[in-house]
Amino acid sequence: MSGLPSYAGFGERVWYYTFRAICAVIFLFLITPILVVIPLSFNVEPYFSFTPGMLSLKAEAFSTRWYLDILQNGMANPDATTGWWADAWNNSQWVRSMRNSFYIGVLSTLVSTALGTLAAVGLSRSEMPYKNAIMATLISPMIVPLVITAAGSFYAFSQFNLAYTYTGLILAHAVLGIPFVIITVTATLVGFDQSLVRAAQSMGASPVRTFFKVQMPLILPGVISGALFAFITSFDEVVVVIQMAAAEQRTIPRQMFSGIREQISPTILAVATVLVVISIALLATLELLRRRSERLRGLSAS
Amino acid sequence: MSDTHNAPVIAADGTPLKARLARALFRRKLDAFLLVSPLLVFLLVFFLAPIGWFLSKGFHDDLFSTEMPNTSAVLADWDGTTEPTEAHYAALVTDLVETRKTRTIGKVATRVNRELSGSRSLFTSTARKAAKMEAPFKDALIKTKKDWGEIAVWQAMKAASRTFTIGYYANALDRRQLADGSVVAQPEERRIHVKLLIRTLEISFQVTLYCLLLGYPIAYLLATLPNRTSNLLMILVLLPFWTSILVRTTAWIAMLQSQGVLNDVFVFLGVTPDEARFSLIYNKLGTLIAMTHILLPFMVLPLYSVMKGIPPSYVRAAKSLGATNWTAFWRVYAPQTVPGIGAGAILVFIVAIGYYITPALVGGQDGQMISNFIDFHMRRSLNWNLAAALGTVLLLVVLTLYWVYDRVVGIDNMKLG
Repeated sequence: MSGLPSYAGFGERVWYYTFRAICAVIFLFLITPILVVIPLSFNVEPYFSFTPGMLSLKAEAFSTRWYLDILQNGMANPDATTGWWADAWNNSQWVRSMRNSFYIGVLSTLVSTALGTLAAVGLSRSEMPYKNAIMATLISPMIVPLVITAAGSFYAFSQFNLAYTYTGLILAHAVLGIPFVIITVTATLVGFDQSLVRAAQSMGASPVRTFFKVQMPLILPGVISGALFAFITSFDEVVVVIQMAAAEQRTIPRQMFSGIREQISPTILAVATVLVVISIALLATLELLRRRSERLRGLSAS
Repeated sequence: MSDTHNAPVIAADGTPLKARLARALFRRKLDAFLLVSPLLVFLLVFFLAPIGWFLSKGFHDDLFSTEMPNTSAVLADWDGTTEPTEAHYAALVTDLVETRKTRTIGKVATRVNRELSGSRSLFTSTARKAAKMEAPFKDALIKTKKDWGEIAVWQAMKAASRTFTIGYYANALDRRQLADGSVVAQPEERRIHVKLLIRTLEISFQVTLYCLLLGYPIAYLLATLPNRTSNLLMILVLLPFWTSILVRTTAWIAMLQSQGVLNDVFVFLGVTPDEARFSLIYNKLGTLIAMTHILLPFMVLPLYSVMKGIPPSYVRAAKSLGATNWTAFWRVYAPQTVPGIGAGAILVFIVAIGYYITPALVGGQDGQMISNFIDFHMRRSLNWNLAAALGTVLLLVVLTLYWVYDRVVGIDNMKLG
């Protein structure tokens, strides 16, 4: 497909450009909604649409008021000159949900990455019994509809006073992150040279030392990208949060969910823009890790 | 000489080598298993057991039998057709007094109301007066509310008193269980769940189809372009994949609403007059568009990885043997992409069928799916038993597909990004 041969006939030429045009439209479909959010979030008017002023690129049609509103919404005294940042940190709804998202996301990622990496190392051993059944079980949190997971966790956790607590949310999100850690780490381990482990052990290293000094540095890119997947899963998750979180445990997506349902304001678009920037950063990190991993593998193969 | 041939090979410490090897292998198996076991235990405690426990509520409901023990006991022996006796009424009054005291009468009334709608107030209002009632209780109750003489009320209580019931599953499949235990279809106007399930399957199927139609060309383009270009274009697939679902749903609201970007463009181009803008959102169409957009990367990524592995020489060989472009594609290239189509389609379908957020936000009335109903029963109507029964139906469909996925693709082959 790449490059049109010089002998291509008229029909082929037409099809070649038509096909590219179709693909361009599909790519537009994929990316436009995400890009449209960004300029709309600088709208001076409280609407979700482009104003005539914005279309003619007048400076007064744009503002950063919705970004300020992210900080101010819920603040005790947004006009105060002293203690403004402390006020925003403690009282702003969006800042609080941002803190909740990171708190729950980081802790649940730690749990799922630690347990998941350990399990992936076990799973990739050739003598692992019942490998397929166990793998299917470990991946299942990704497959079971979130509504069922949320209802089950809520019902069971509330019997032990874990519903409406951070602990409950962290545990539920850790479960959801596990499949991603398992998939990425086992994929990295496929290319791992097991003779390195044997070499380390033949030189007298203990299994723990072998793991941390030999295996871990090599699979680290996979572990980190698994952790990133787990983090974004928790960071983006809203169904479990809707069911299990009290008002003070609201995360960003939860806040957005009620924002869309109740009072739809461009503040949501501003938050969305911030989240798009965060996902670009995560994507870039992953790409760097992937390249590093490929380099490392190239080294170990030669 | 023959002795040494037949004697078992001995390891250094004198035990047979075979046994030593078996022991060593067992140790290694155990080691591997021990590495996995913390996670298995974690999932068992915080995932499998909670879901199993919750879903068991679909057929297990001990609310009535716990709160109304005396009534339940006498109802167990009642045949469901003869006139209830004084003993029945006496037991009922005892329980009503007790539930009023413990403030559980509301729950009990709601429970019976599910069997016989409109009976809620009968329980709550009678319970208020029950403490002052005197024997004979049959007359006292019927005097308070003449409905207590109705056999239907007692049949409803008998149905509610069953600890193990198929009533919720019957309800989830638009049937109901009569007092004599037989199961019949619901009246026409109350048959909603099967329709809902069919609509859910239909939406999921359409979303899968659209994802395939849109995903196949771009996966093909990405797989055939030189690496440098395709890596750049891949960002256009991966960025949406990594962007929050809430952000993407919000974006589609901004795009599709009546004053939204797309309608503005239509008006500008003169496709439609300003006063007759298209309603593209808060209906099934909105759900379809937003879900296709959200799930498209799940289709593109597996297709891409399969197409990347197809040697371009096959198509060239076909053409050199005289195949037209179309024949070469349809007879040689396309069959090799079937594993990718299978992987992508099943994955998209599995994710789509359990979708909740997008239908809830942009689905309006006719874009709602089964997950939205489960959520409704979990958080609004608080009929957890019905939610569990509906959840079981949904889970069975998903697990069947999961099993098919494992057969077709293999779980080990699942890849991300």
